[in-house]
Amino acid sequence: MKLKVNGKTRTFSGSPFKRLIEALREDFGLTGTKEGCGEGECGACTVLVDGEAVNSCLIPICQVEGRSIQTVESLGEPGKLSALQEAFMARGGAQCGICTPGMLMTAYAWIKGGGSSDRAAIRECLAGNLCRCTGYQHIVDSVAQAMKGSKKEKRK
Amino acid sequence: MARTTSVGISERRKEGPEKLCGQAKYIDDHALPGCMHGVTLRSGVARGLIKSIDFEPGFPWHEYTIVSAVDIPGRNLVTLIEEDQPLLADRKIMHPHEPILLLAHADRAKAYEALKHIRVVYEKQEPVLTMEDSIALKHKIFGEDNVFKSYLIEKGDVAKGFEQARFIIEGEYRVPHQEQAYIENNGMAAWVEEDGTVTVLGSLQCPYYIHKALMKIFHLPEEKIRVIQSTTGGGFGGKEEYPSMIAGHAALLAWKAKKPVKIIYDRAEDMPATTKRHPAIVRHKTGLDKNGKLVAQDVDVIMDGGAYATLSSVVLSRGTLHAAGPYECPNVRVRSKVVATNTPPNGAFRGFGAPQTLFAVELHWEKIARATKIDSLTLRRRNLLKLGSVTATGQILRESVGASDVLERTVKDSGYVKKLKDYARWNKDKKKSCWKGVGLSLVHHGAGFTGSGEVYLASKAGVSITIDGRLQVLAASTEMGQGANTMFAQVASETLGVPYEWVEVETPDTKFVPNSGPTVASRTTMIVGGLVRRAALEMKAALSKEGLVLRTAADLKKAAKILCGSDLIRRFIVQYEKPGEIVWNDKTYKGDAYGAYAFAALVADLEIDKTTFEVKIDKITTAQDIGKAVNPLLTEGQIIGGTAQGVGYALLENAVYKDGAMVNGQFTNYIIPTSMDTPSMKVVIVEKPYSRGPFGAKGVGELPMDTPGPAIAAAVNFAAGIWLTELPLLPEKIFKAKNEAQG
Repeated sequence: MKLKVNGKTRTFSGSPFKRLIEALREDFGLTGTKEGCGEGECGACTVLVDGEAVNSCLIPICQVEGRSIQTVESLGEPGKLSALQEAFMARGGAQCGICTPGMLMTAYAWIKGGGSSDRAAIRECLAGNLCRCTGYQHIVDSVAQAMKGSKKEKRK
Repeated sequence: MARTTSVGISERRKEGPEKLCGQAKYIDDHALPGCMHGVTLRSGVARGLIKSIDFEPGFPWHEYTIVSAVDIPGRNLVTLIEEDQPLLADRKIMHPHEPILLLAHADRAKAYEALKHIRVVYEKQEPVLTMEDSIALKHKIFGEDNVFKSYLIEKGDVAKGFEQARFIIEGEYRVPHQEQAYIENNGMAAWVEEDGTVTVLGSLQCPYYIHKALMKIFHLPEEKIRVIQSTTGGGFGGKEEYPSMIAGHAALLAWKAKKPVKIIYDRAEDMPATTKRHPAIVRHKTGLDKNGKLVAQDVDVIMDGGAYATLSSVVLSRGTLHAAGPYECPNVRVRSKVVATNTPPNGAFRGFGAPQTLFAVELHWEKIARATKIDSLTLRRRNLLKLGSVTATGQILRESVGASDVLERTVKDSGYVKKLKDYARWNKDKKKSCWKGVGLSLVHHGAGFTGSGEVYLASKAGVSITIDGRLQVLAASTEMGQGANTMFAQVASETLGVPYEWVEVETPDTKFVPNSGPTVASRTTMIVGGLVRRAALEMKAALSKEGLVLRTAADLKKAAKILCGSDLIRRFIVQYEKPGEIVWNDKTYKGDAYGAYAFAALVADLEIDKTTFEVKIDKITTAQDIGKAVNPLLTEGQIIGGTAQGVGYALLENAVYKDGAMVNGQFTNYIIPTSMDTPSMKVVIVEKPYSRGPFGAKGVGELPMDTPGPAIAAAVNFAAGIWLTELPLLPEKIFKAKNEAQG
């Protein structure tokens, strides 16, 4: 079976019912995607499937055949952070970091999808991603700042 | 004050970029060649004796490595304070999640599958499941009286105090279990090096706790045990003591299999089996004069320790020392005990006993206010700790007392007084769809180990320079999200007068870092940060002795060559020295319980839906005196995050126990706050410097956990016109109380 992972075509030949998170972590070596609960409650495993944020712990790999997967590894490098990641640095959006990849992917999909930059709307968008460290405020600040930045870019 | 170059600035989180790119390696991200997966067979009964363990015939057991108590080369023990908890039960079962057997297989699914093919037969015994049954000695399950530890604090004469009282008010308050709910589950990997060194790598807070535990399990000298921290996805106390158990299990399997073994808990195992915050019952009897000044406080504290002693004695100690609240009273008695039950051991969780007792003393003010007709803000103002006050243990507060500052700032910024009046008017209007409430709390939190604890720990930390010119902080204090790495680098760079970016922080690895004590008790900045500062001063002195200054990269290279000489590294390690003015008596529980106290006040502003009885917090305002915010952004992150955990404690988190076991051990039904449940917060940092803390810093980690419970309870009671005294304040409880109040 073929699928696209972070822009590259990959082949998978294991069990079709292997969970997407396990295939990403074990078969493709992409350990940036984290497992927090295994039942779709915490959102730490959030990845994008054709641009839509989903819990990769709930999806068998056969469901994403031929589709495009995007994980946290696609966003940036430590020496070259994306605007969203940079906003998380500047506004304290990451503490222990385990929920961060999922938060980033949810926020990334929200921004790409033209979501509102209203704080209440950002809180609603992030409601499926649990964080125990931050109390969410700095994450909301980070996403809001990234959206402010991207609007400025558009104006240019 | 001298201009700072790094301290007081929100420097970038050291390990932030790797975390944001998915490159930070948490324990399950480490690929270990030939690794097997370990799983744990647990008891499933609360109390009893193992009669037999039967392995299903025909199952391919030869593919598995199996470890039971008889395989342990050293002592079958999880070393902590008391020596009562076995690593693997060999006969006696004390709680329903007691580990009995360990299995490892190269395939994770097959490892779990095997658990279904083992049958353990028990002789069941009636368990002791509640604090009340334990005290009543329904069965003896620990010592002669089921009491792990008890304390008594006495100041003045409580009986005489009550004789002088114009008002005497009694109340009982209860708080439940609380799960730390770090998003990364517990996990540990282990292997044995060719030279026989037992090595573990994992998610943990206290490398040297595990180091000590493994020495006893394997009966090996300290140099033959190595403990390394992997990136840790949250701890909050939940990775303080339990990782010693998992490390022991993984290491035994690896040692027997002669292969690396990983044990990674899933949520459904982690949540019910590992430690929780201690439930507590706290009773207050309080005497006040006609002006609302305290004349007597009599406090009785009972905590549920679970099946083994673990850290209960120290949790109780902190709870006891905070039980009288941040107030001065001439006559105080606090009696406390922690008792055994046949439930999994309770343990460390942010606040460590203090959120339990501070909930009681703070909510009790509202009861006192109703009886005395003096509002709780005025009562607090009349009794709070000031410079020169004498605490319940007889400690004279000589500096850094911000109680009044945080209270006044919080009250002002939240509009508390006006809201009390506005909401009282609002709530009279029957047409409104919600009730509105506002509630206040004021707390103190001692930073560092209690009493002489820091003396016993005798922690070490340091800084080093390598021959190739790398500056490093050497400490066993772990980064788990709170910002320890960033803070250490700021303290060291500020002291050395070099850019923040020049300083790295060594991974906590017992092979390379000294024992800085555990990463707990709000001690990392104040105590270990202080050691790092002293070590950096020593390095600075060595530099100036050689006439060296560090301005450029070339200076650093030159300094490295001169300081290292013929060695690869030059280390400057210092050890904790007790300040002369701190005097503590462990026997009488009198003296300076903590070097310094941080203070916080909080106002919760909320509404309750009249149809669903759901509580929605609209705004939280809090001012916190922490001495000095080394990194203001990270400090604010600690305060907001700790407060959010307190919101969960107050309103949502409800661990349900049946036959001694937690039955809702999943995020599906153990509810922690989401971004929608957590309100917008206004945080004010107050800095009343502590002369012994680095740059004036006290502790911040636990403080924000203490405030939300009582403030939210006060606000809910005010809004609905009810009197609830037990957390969590679930809608059904509010509904019931409201119906009862209306008759």
